[in-house]
Amino acid sequence: MDFREILVTTAAGFGQAAWITVQLTFLSLLLGSVLGLILAFLKISSIRVLQWGANLYIALIRGTPLIVQIMFFYFGLAQGLGWNINEFPAGILALGIHASAYIAEIFRGAIQSIDRGQMEAARSLGMSYTQAMRRIIMPQAFRRSLPPLGNQFIIGLKDSSLVAYIGVNELFGAALSEASANYQPFLTYAVNGLYYLALVLIFTFLLNRMEGHLHGDKGGTG
Amino acid sequence: MIQVRGLNKSFGKNHVLKGIDLNVGESDVVVLIGASGSGKSTLLRCLNFLEAADSGEIRIDGNTVDPRRNDLNRIRQEVGMVFQNFNLFPHMNALENVMEAPVQVKKTDRKKAKTQAEDLLDKVGLSDKAQAYPSQLSGGQQQRVAIARALAMNPRVMLFDEPTSALDPELVGEVLQVMKSLAKEGMTMVIVTHEMGFAREVADWVIYLDEGRLVEEGRPEQIFDDPSQARTREFLNRVL
Repeated sequence: MDFREILVTTAAGFGQAAWITVQLTFLSLLLGSVLGLILAFLKISSIRVLQWGANLYIALIRGTPLIVQIMFFYFGLAQGLGWNINEFPAGILALGIHASAYIAEIFRGAIQSIDRGQMEAARSLGMSYTQAMRRIIMPQAFRRSLPPLGNQFIIGLKDSSLVAYIGVNELFGAALSEASANYQPFLTYAVNGLYYLALVLIFTFLLNRMEGHLHGDKGGTG
Repeated sequence: MIQVRGLNKSFGKNHVLKGIDLNVGESDVVVLIGASGSGKSTLLRCLNFLEAADSGEIRIDGNTVDPRRNDLNRIRQEVGMVFQNFNLFPHMNALENVMEAPVQVKKTDRKKAKTQAEDLLDKVGLSDKAQAYPSQLSGGQQQRVAIARALAMNPRVMLFDEPTSALDPELVGEVLQVMKSLAKEGMTMVIVTHEMGFAREVADWVIYLDEGRLVEEGRPEQIFDDPSQARTREFLNRVL
């Protein structure tokens, strides 16, 4: 079999699996961003216990391999807690929680990089802390976090391949089964890699457009 | 309308304000002068509770303000502040900067807030820059927008923390001009500045601070022409 044959015979399977990868990525990063934002706020809160909690969570997540976390969530929740959790939601949960630790640091860094004078100016006008955060600090912090966030999203997309090991039939999972059926691992994984590359390029393009759009005519982030 | 009694503030071991007393009456223009590190800015920042004093009393309109009990957001609406570094909101244009607090805090109708903001920008001579973002404005223009932004809350007092110190020399005049006309309109103002000529011209009362203590206070002609304290004389000799 040559490269072109592999490309054709895997097209249907990889196409479908790529769609699952897109869903996995989107949902897990959505979860990761929401959790990450909450964690970032816990980290910058003035309440010690909340800071410690967030720090512990981040240390645990960043200090253990993603594949271990995936196995832990899937088998741990199923056996340990007796939850009957499907591999797809288990995968989203593991990937989302994993990404949230990194995203939290991105948001925290961006929030803290905003000049202190911005909060002071907002407060001096009578705005509450929450109003100042929502209207003044977060819009600027969000813009500033986009480049590292985009980077993290690309990592998240590729990380999603690991949930193949709990049986999610996403892009890499499809390659595992194709290669074991056609005995052409080299070409099969090469084609599989091209699918990931294409997804990453599309993703990058979308992220860049978003960044450009947000910067727009607003003249820098000051 | 503002009375300060025995105000103390330390940052760690650094005792910045050592028992300051201060009176600001309706329509007074009070200018604080002194060397860097003398505590002028800290005193100003205590007046709108951006810094919490360690001890002492701040009375506004005769009511003692307790930062733990009183609604500081409400008090700050009455006390506008202009910063050395302008601190305009970079993601909003000039008009939006001025509209933001009335709309968010006072829940003013957007249309009304817009008209008011346009009037204020006109007042500071920037009606043609309403759509410009801060990064597109010169320092002097940014500071004038910042003044308009503070005025938009209809404060009863305006605090100015070295409003011209970050400006190129040729831009200082336009900001001082706006402040002068505010003073003329009867706005109550407390100003920290190194512009001694300006202080002499607009101040009703000048206060000289040194190392966290109020060394001397009086009418501008007395402080500038005939200071009674040696330390005031030395300071003025250095800066004039």
